[in-house]
Amino acid sequence: MISANLNTYLIISAILLVIGLYGMVQHRSLIGMLISSEFILNGAALNFMAFNRFVAPNPAIGQIYTLFIMGIAAAEAAIVISIIITVYRKFNCEDPEQLQDMKM
Amino acid sequence: MIVYKYIAEALFYAFVVLTFMGGFMAIRSRLLMHAVLGLAISLFGVAGLYFYLGSPFLTMMQILIYVGAVCIIIVLGVMLGNTPDQLAIKNITRRNLLLALLACSTGFVALFVATISRTEFVPATQKVGDMSIRFIGESLLFQYCLAFELISVILLTAIIGSIILARGGREGKVS
Repeated sequence: MISANLNTYLIISAILLVIGLYGMVQHRSLIGMLISSEFILNGAALNFMAFNRFVAPNPAIGQIYTLFIMGIAAAEAAIVISIIITVYRKFNCEDPEQLQDMKM
Repeated sequence: MIVYKYIAEALFYAFVVLTFMGGFMAIRSRLLMHAVLGLAISLFGVAGLYFYLGSPFLTMMQILIYVGAVCIIIVLGVMLGNTPDQLAIKNITRRNLLLALLACSTGFVALFVATISRTEFVPATQKVGDMSIRFIGESLLFQYCLAFELISVILLTAIIGSIILARGGREGKVS
């Protein structure tokens, strides 16, 4: 049974992290980079849940960590979207290479 | 009864494929709206994996928070931000592809070979509590009360901060 094996979930979360890294380097827009960061956070959360299911003595702590990650991801998405809207208003573009001064 | 196990296994494969296809769609598509759709599909697959890890509560939370809230926020950002098409097309340059492949392959090899295959993960000898929602709730309210309060403070700060950041009108716009 491959679904009851710790290594399966570790590999899946590693591939999610790699997908996030790849997208973070490859995307040329701020929203694309935000999407990639969500993948990285999901890989971390899946890792926590896998260890929680298979090795941790207290089964609540991994779930609480994952809830914490979800809350932080939601807060981060809201903040980043409002920053992107402000940047778009100021610079009229979303290209990260053209954003060179931080003056609002 | 063995048939049910095979069905569950096939569903597990389906969720894994959903996760990876969504991820591939999110990072390789040229339109940002398709990328957000891929993110939603992938997060749905991860929710299924949480179910296989024995936590229906986190499955529901993943669908509710990620697919329901975060993806909608990002869709709003895409629609308000209005990324021009030529930016999306020049997304894939040769230098970017090379850098991305380099970063990913090194990270993947380091994680895959060096750690996972050689480590012996020892399961805990005795477990306290179970995976039920009741136990999570009691732990959140008694043992991990600080984490619970921190989440609420962080969310409040994020709400206030995003309102303040995005509040100003268009008078500061550079034409």
